[in-house]
Amino acid sequence: MSGININRRAFLTGTAVVAGGLVLGIAPAQRAGAMPNARAGSFQSNAWLQITPADEVIFQLDKTEMGQGVMTALPTILAEELEIDPRRIVVELAPVNKTFQDPIQITGGSSSVSSRWDVLRTTGAQAREMLVAAAAARWAVTPAQCKADNGRVLRVGTDESFSYGELANDAAKLPVPKHPVLKAPADFKYVGQPLRRFDGAEKSNGTAVFGIDVDVPDAVVAILIRNPHFGGSLQSFDATAARSAPGVIDIFDLNGAIAVVADTYWHATKAARTVNVTWDKGPLGSLDSDGIRAAWVDMAKQDGRTVRGDGNVDAALKSAASVHEAVYEVPYLAHATMEPQNTTASFRDGACEIWSPNQGPDVSQALAADALGISRDKVTVHTTLMGGGFGRRGIPDFVAEAALVSRQVKRPVKLVWSREDDMRHDFYRPATYNVMKAALNDQGQTQSWSHKIVAPSMFRSLLPILGKVAPEWMPHWMTNSLSAVAGSIVKTRDPSSHEGAVEQPYAIPNVDVAHVFYDPGVPLGFWRSVGHSQNAFVVESFIDELAHKAGEDPYKFRRRLLEGNARHLAVLDLAAEKANWGKTTAGTYQGIAVHESFGSVVAEVAEVRVVDGNIKVERVVCAADCGLVVNPDQVQAQVESAVIFGLTAALRGKITIKDGAVEQSNFHDYPLLRMNEIPVVEVHVVPSTSSPTGIGEPGTPPIAPAVANAVFAATGSRLRSLPLTLEA
Amino acid sequence: MIEFVLNGESVRVDVEDDTPLLWLLRENLKLIGTKFGCGMGLCGACTVHVGGVAVRSCQTPAGSVQGQAITTIEGIGAKGLTPVQQAWVEGNVPQCGYCQSGQIMSASALLAHTPHPTDEEITAAMDGNLCRCGCYNRIRAAIHRAAELNDAQTSKVAVRMFDPNALLAGSVS
Repeated sequence: MSGININRRAFLTGTAVVAGGLVLGIAPAQRAGAMPNARAGSFQSNAWLQITPADEVIFQLDKTEMGQGVMTALPTILAEELEIDPRRIVVELAPVNKTFQDPIQITGGSSSVSSRWDVLRTTGAQAREMLVAAAAARWAVTPAQCKADNGRVLRVGTDESFSYGELANDAAKLPVPKHPVLKAPADFKYVGQPLRRFDGAEKSNGTAVFGIDVDVPDAVVAILIRNPHFGGSLQSFDATAARSAPGVIDIFDLNGAIAVVADTYWHATKAARTVNVTWDKGPLGSLDSDGIRAAWVDMAKQDGRTVRGDGNVDAALKSAASVHEAVYEVPYLAHATMEPQNTTASFRDGACEIWSPNQGPDVSQALAADALGISRDKVTVHTTLMGGGFGRRGIPDFVAEAALVSRQVKRPVKLVWSREDDMRHDFYRPATYNVMKAALNDQGQTQSWSHKIVAPSMFRSLLPILGKVAPEWMPHWMTNSLSAVAGSIVKTRDPSSHEGAVEQPYAIPNVDVAHVFYDPGVPLGFWRSVGHSQNAFVVESFIDELAHKAGEDPYKFRRRLLEGNARHLAVLDLAAEKANWGKTTAGTYQGIAVHESFGSVVAEVAEVRVVDGNIKVERVVCAADCGLVVNPDQVQAQVESAVIFGLTAALRGKITIKDGAVEQSNFHDYPLLRMNEIPVVEVHVVPSTSSPTGIGEPGTPPIAPAVANAVFAATGSRLRSLPLTLEA
Repeated sequence: MIEFVLNGESVRVDVEDDTPLLWLLRENLKLIGTKFGCGMGLCGACTVHVGGVAVRSCQTPAGSVQGQAITTIEGIGAKGLTPVQQAWVEGNVPQCGYCQSGQIMSASALLAHTPHPTDEEITAAMDGNLCRCGCYNRIRAAIHRAAELNDAQTSKVAVRMFDPNALLAGSVS
C-alpha cells in the first residue's frame, strides 16, 4: 500500500524531519502561515505538496476523510498533473492552516473535489514544471527536451533521468510558475480511472485509526451523564457510591452535565449507572411531537416570507378550474454515525492538544479555545479518520467537552459518547411542515405552484456556535451583535430551510415559495444533503401528484416541464432508459424523481413491491451528472451510499420528542436499514467534461420521493409524511 | 483473572468478570480493530469469534470466555490479507470503514462453515451488521468473491500437496 499515515504510530509520533528538499506558493498559499507538517529543506511549492530529497512526495489532505473517499480522489488530482502514480504519494491528514481555510477549514457541502480540482491541478503542474526546469538546467538543455514521467524527469532521446527527490533542492530555488500548463483531459492517466481506495487495506485489517482508537499515553476515559431535556439544568446529584467504584478517578459537574472519569470506558459507564441525578427539565420540558405538529398547523395560517415569487399565483388560483392542495411533513432525523462522538484532549500549561474525528479542524480549534478561554494558537488539532460524518462532525461540540474535562483532571482524557448520548444529543435534521397548492385548468394542467414551508432556521439555531468560530480578529462584542443581526436575517432568509424548494425547476408560470419561521428549540444541524433532504421529497412528490392530475405519465410530465433544462433532461432520460421505465414485471411498480443539489443533478427510478402492507424497494436506478469524474468507482460508491442513507430515512427514520427530550436512544428504536432490506442500486453517470461538482450528497434527495411515487403507483395511496408507512 | 487464547496466544487479564469482552480487548489489550458502535449487540461493529463462532463482544462478559479461543480482526489477517479481506479491498467495500472489522468477522465465520453461501445465507449471516455508509451490496459481492478466492487458494494448496512433479523434484534432490 501507499504510505498513508493513518496508523496509530503516525498520529502519536508526529512527523519525521528530513533534511533538504522543494516546498509551492500559489494564490491561497501566499496567505501568511507556516507550511503545515513541513520537513526541513523539502521542496514545498505550497501548503499541499512537498517533495523531500529522500524522494518522498507528501500531500497534506486538508479535506477530512469520513468515508467519502477524499483520501483517494484528491491525491489522484494532484498526481495527474505532477506526473506520478498517485499510490506513491504519502497522504497526511492536514493540521489547521490558513491556506486551507475558505474561509473555514471544513469538509461539507459535497465540495471537496469541486473546490480542490483547480488548485490541486495547478499545484501539481507547477511542481512538475519546476522539477523539469531543474533537470533541464542540470543537463543544460531546454525544458522541451525533458519529460516528467512517473516521479522522474527524463531527458528525451537518452536514458538519463533524475528522480523528483534528486531534483527537489534545485527546484526549490526556482520561481513558482504563475500559469503552468495543465494537461488536456484526453491525456489523463489516473483521473477517470477506477483506482482502488488508498485506505482500503487499513480499513479491512483493523489498523485504520479512528478518533476513538487514539491512545495517548497516560490518558483516562471520561463519559458525561447528560440532561436528556434540551436546555434543562442539573438540580442535584449523588455520586457517593460511584466515587468508590473500581477505576473511578473523578466525578464532577461540567456545565450542567456530570463528568465521570475513570481508567476505562467500562468502569466509567458502570459507575455512572449508580449516580442518582435530578434534572430540571428546563424551558422545553413540556415540548412534544404532537405539540410541534399542532404549532405547525397554526403557524401555517401565516403568509410567511416569500422566497420566490413568479407571476401571479393568487390570480391563477382565482381563475382555476380546480385547486389541488396537499400537506407534507418530515420528521427530525439523527445522523447516527457508526463511530459515536469522541475526542481525546490534553490540556497542559495553558495549551491544549486535540485528537478528534471532526469535519472542521479549525472549528474544533475555535470551540476548544473558546471553552478554555485561551487563544486559538494554543490549541493544536490532529484530525483522525472518522467513522462516518454526514454533517454531524461539522459541529464538534464534543471537542470542547474533552478539553474542559482534561483541564479539570489535569491529564489527557479520551471523552467517549455512548450510542444513547449520540442519539439524544445530536444536531438534528429539522422537522418541517409543508402546505402545497396548485391551480389546475380544465384539462388538469398546472397553472400555479405554491409551497409554504413551516420550518426553523438551521443557521439561526447554530448562531451561538457560529459566533465562536468567527474570525479571530473580530472582537467578541462584534460577533455578539453580528449574531443578533444575522439571527434576524437568517430567520427568514436561511437557505437551508428552503434550498431545493426555491429552485424547483419546472416550467410553471406562477410560482410562490414562502417560509414561515417556527423553531421549537430542538438543536439543528447539517444532515447529508441538508435542506434538499426534505424539500426534494415535497417537491418531487407533489409534482408527481400534478402529473397524475393531468393524466400524464410522471416521467413524460416532468420531461415536458423541464424542456430546455439539458442537465435535468439528460439524467431523467438516462435513468428512465436504464430502468426500462414503464415496463416492469408483475407486482413491481416504478416511481421517478429528479433533483439538483451541490451542483449536480441526479434522477432515480425506484422499483417497489408492496407485500402484506410493507414497502419493499427492490431496485433503484440512478443517473447522475456530476461533471468530470475523478474516480468512477468512488462516484458510484457515493451514490450507492447516498441512496441507502436516504432510503433509511424514507422507510425508517424518525426522531420524536417528549418532555423536551428525544425519545429514541439506540438502533432498536432508530433502526437503520440492514442487508435484508436493501435494494439493488445501479448508478449511471452522464459523461461530462465540465469541472467536477458534488457527489457525496446529491444521491440522497431523490430517493424518498422516488419510492413514495412508486408506492402511489402500486397502491393509489399518496404518502405525504416520512417515514413512509402504509396504513394497516 | 481471565485466561483465554487470543489470536493463537495465551493471555491472562485481570478484569472483573462482567467486563464486556469488547472493552477488555480495546482498553486492556489495546486491540483497537474491534469497534464500539452501540453497546447493545444491535450493530455488529464489535463482532469477534469465540470458538469460531461470530459473537457480539459488547454483550460477551469476560467471565464467559474463560479458557476459550478468541479471534479478532488483528488475528484474521496477521499473516497478510485473507481472501475475505482481499475481496474487500478489490471491491472497494469500505467507505468510512468503521463497521468493516465486524463485517469481515461475520463474513469470515460464515465462509468457514459455508464455503459457497447463497444470497439468502449471506443475508442471514450478515443482517446483524449495520453499515451506515450503506455498503451492503458491495459486502455481498465481496463475500461471493472471497468464496472464489478461497477456492483458488485451496486448489493451489492441493496442487502443491499432490503435484507428482513436486514429489519427483524432491526425490531427485
